[in-house]
Amino acid sequence: MSESPQDRAKCEISLTVNGQLATVRVHAMERLLDVLRHEFALTGTKEGCGEGECGSCSILMDGILVNSCLIPVLQASGANVVTIEGLASDGQLQALQQAFLDCGGAQCGICTPGMILAAFHLLSKKPQPTVEEIREGLSGNLCRCTGYMQIFEAVREASRRGAKT
Amino acid sequence: MKNGSIIGSSVPRKEGREKVTGQARYVDDMVLPDMLYGATVRSRIPRGKVKKISFGPGIDWNEFVVVSPKDIPGKNCIALIEDDQPCLADGMVNHPEEPLLLLAHADRHLLPKAVEAVSVEYDSLPAIFSMGESEGCSEIIWGTDNTFKSYLIEKGDVDTVWEYADYIVEGEYTTGAQEQLYIENNGMIAVYDPQQGLIVWGSLQCPYYVHKALMKLCGLPADRVRVVQMETGGAFGGKEEYPSMIAAHAALLAMKSGKPVKIIYDRMEDLAATTKRHPSRTRHRTAVSKDGKILGGEIEFTLDGGAYETLSPVVLSRGAIHSGGAYYWPSVRIRAKAVATNAPPHGAFRGFGAPQSLFALERHMDRIAQSVGLSPVEIRRRNFLKPGQTTTTGQTVREEIDLSKLLDRALELSGYYTKKKKMAEENKQGGHKRGMGIAAFLHGAGFTGSGERYLGSVVGVEACADGRVRILVSSTEFGQGTKTVLCQIVAETLGLRYEDVGIAQPDTQEVPNSGPTVASRTVMVVGKLVQSAAMGIRQTLTVRGMLGDSYSPEEFRAACRAHVTQHGKLRTLARYEQPADIAWDEQKYRGSAYAAFAWAVYVADVTVDLTTYNVSVDDFVALQEVGKVLHPVLAEGQIIGGVAQAIGFALHEKVIWEKGRMQNGQMANYIMPTSADLPPIRVYFEELGNVHGAYGSKGIGELPMDGPAPAILNAIEDALGVAFDSIPLLPEEIFAALAEKTAPENVVRSECEDR
Repeated sequence: MSESPQDRAKCEISLTVNGQLATVRVHAMERLLDVLRHEFALTGTKEGCGEGECGSCSILMDGILVNSCLIPVLQASGANVVTIEGLASDGQLQALQQAFLDCGGAQCGICTPGMILAAFHLLSKKPQPTVEEIREGLSGNLCRCTGYMQIFEAVREASRRGAKT
Repeated sequence: MKNGSIIGSSVPRKEGREKVTGQARYVDDMVLPDMLYGATVRSRIPRGKVKKISFGPGIDWNEFVVVSPKDIPGKNCIALIEDDQPCLADGMVNHPEEPLLLLAHADRHLLPKAVEAVSVEYDSLPAIFSMGESEGCSEIIWGTDNTFKSYLIEKGDVDTVWEYADYIVEGEYTTGAQEQLYIENNGMIAVYDPQQGLIVWGSLQCPYYVHKALMKLCGLPADRVRVVQMETGGAFGGKEEYPSMIAAHAALLAMKSGKPVKIIYDRMEDLAATTKRHPSRTRHRTAVSKDGKILGGEIEFTLDGGAYETLSPVVLSRGAIHSGGAYYWPSVRIRAKAVATNAPPHGAFRGFGAPQSLFALERHMDRIAQSVGLSPVEIRRRNFLKPGQTTTTGQTVREEIDLSKLLDRALELSGYYTKKKKMAEENKQGGHKRGMGIAAFLHGAGFTGSGERYLGSVVGVEACADGRVRILVSSTEFGQGTKTVLCQIVAETLGLRYEDVGIAQPDTQEVPNSGPTVASRTVMVVGKLVQSAAMGIRQTLTVRGMLGDSYSPEEFRAACRAHVTQHGKLRTLARYEQPADIAWDEQKYRGSAYAAFAWAVYVADVTVDLTTYNVSVDDFVALQEVGKVLHPVLAEGQIIGGVAQAIGFALHEKVIWEKGRMQNGQMANYIMPTSADLPPIRVYFEELGNVHGAYGSKGIGELPMDGPAPAILNAIEDALGVAFDSIPLLPEEIFAALAEKTAPENVVRSECEDR
């Protein structure tokens, strides 16, 4: 049973999550997804497939959009991580969150945190994306409810309202 | 807000804020103190006797809670329609992935190894994997003839039509299994206390289905089983019946261990073990006059139900009733049958049999058009059902639906004729072929036949101490907008603000049984009941002199507060009563199958790339009459989402089976549409209204699953001149068919050379 993460010694890892620097004692090869959900109790990051296909566990790591199910926590040592919980400030929804609400971009909600972070990442690079750029930018995030059209509309709407990164 | 402004406006989704901020609580987000994690040991073979189960070395089995069939306090079954499906297979397995044993441990990392370390010896028995084998009865694996259910629907005298038919058109059409692929995998948490009983929290559609199953399995009375729905990350029918199985497993582990137990499937387990859309085969034989009128027909509709009956009879019923579609059949004979195979049971999935039989019919209409020498547009126009005519079950169309007009509007919206002309030019050259396809169809809302009467749904509305009004239903939210639309209905009914109305979390201890959240019934049936219950609140307040005939929302809130202070809780219930004009003969399968039908015409525009044989859908028009649209954004979201799933059904989503087991059980190789794969999906509504639904509403959720697949395959035939009658249709099949058509001798030769 030497392969299981729990058999290996735990180590201390420091990382910044949603602006707060924290140190956790974890197994080095644990998935960042699990550490965020279990150690930080940030359950907004969801597991959909566990193999980097669906994008439900998308987060921002040092400004890059990653699937947290594919990141061993050791790799996040010293990193700056942003999850869905880090987007709204003082109870004020971020522009994308509000646009998802207004345009019907969230149905069952399970892909929504990852989808919003993917959209946030897109708008941070391209504040006024074309529809093709939106399609491309979100193509790593699967949604089974919406057929994506209202998500595209939400991203366009947030862009019009001037979503700031 | 005042009367008339809430219905028809796109108010914010009730639970929307929690969803966009990551605060919404799904079952895997819940952790209880001292909680164990559960896992399932499953059958590796399709059929056989279990000889011996042994627990292998390298695992400290004393640390594990192990549950076997002998630990089941009540009956070893998942109660649904029949009790034929065991909770844990006891001595005999009938499909791959059938649950055999349950394990639990505090450290979830230890479970996969432990599951692996359990070895099972079997005496394998011959198994069957296709509808043909099942019908041939080479092995009897269920009942006396492998048949879960059969129906016969007859109208007129079809035997007399063949002699004077100008054309007899035959066709066979098949559809494959399709995975619901909700992004949240299945999961449950159970807690058992000998005094208080059993509580389960989970991702589910139908709290009272789970409740019923747990009572029978655990031998507990109704008041000692409590089922709570957590936020549910997509369902599409896939969380209608299987959650009872997972709840049962979590419950057994919790009862044996005395601790809370959480079972969360990973994607591979969810794909391999849980239900999918029933594979189908439909055969049509149709008598047609020289002017293209259907004279009569025989339809044979068969479903592969998998190893246990589960919901197959009901899926079969809806599929059979929809098999005649939106057309007038002077005479018809429909034989429908659901048969057993040694695969995991197939189950509910949006559309529930109708996408299968309507795929066949709408492909067949194009075949009839070709035989007669009419266009796909004209053949449909000449056969559309009209008000006053009867459906295949003899139900008179009472709605003032004009399908010909609906068709015209869809053609205009899609630019059908202009595009067709352009395509005819473009198709003369180049490596791409383009085409257009149509599907016209209907979808019945609510339970079939007497279903709603048997359910006898009950809803409650209560006035709260803070003056707000709260809806009490077991109808669940899993993305469609149940919470939002039911609150709109009550706010509108009572003249309140949308914010003044709330809805309870579905919890069998708190809410009455408003029936399952299935069959496009929630807004139409439950919405209407919620409306009556709300009126009961107002009536009580008025009769007791606490509310005038006209009032402001503030006055209503004050009256609610005063009532709770002076008289205590105010709660009114409403129970479903079948409308007088809905009569159904269960024996003959005749009468009013549905309280209302939604009607639609969809148009697809496709390009086939002759280098890759990839099909892209370039434009999609979805026009439907769905009664009154109560919430435009949610309604449009339902249609777009359904069309997207149906495009996957038609072109992408193929379950690869090997001896009853799904081989491509990962998102990496079971392919659903991404944001880059879909066309613009353009949604348009007609709103005729409906006397049986709240504010004129009908069902909407399943309709969009029915039409896209045949519209797309009709468009592919239009582009290529080759007919495809089986879905999913992948590029390799198009390649093979075109290769055969263009140069059959070349294909044969190259195969010989390879050898």
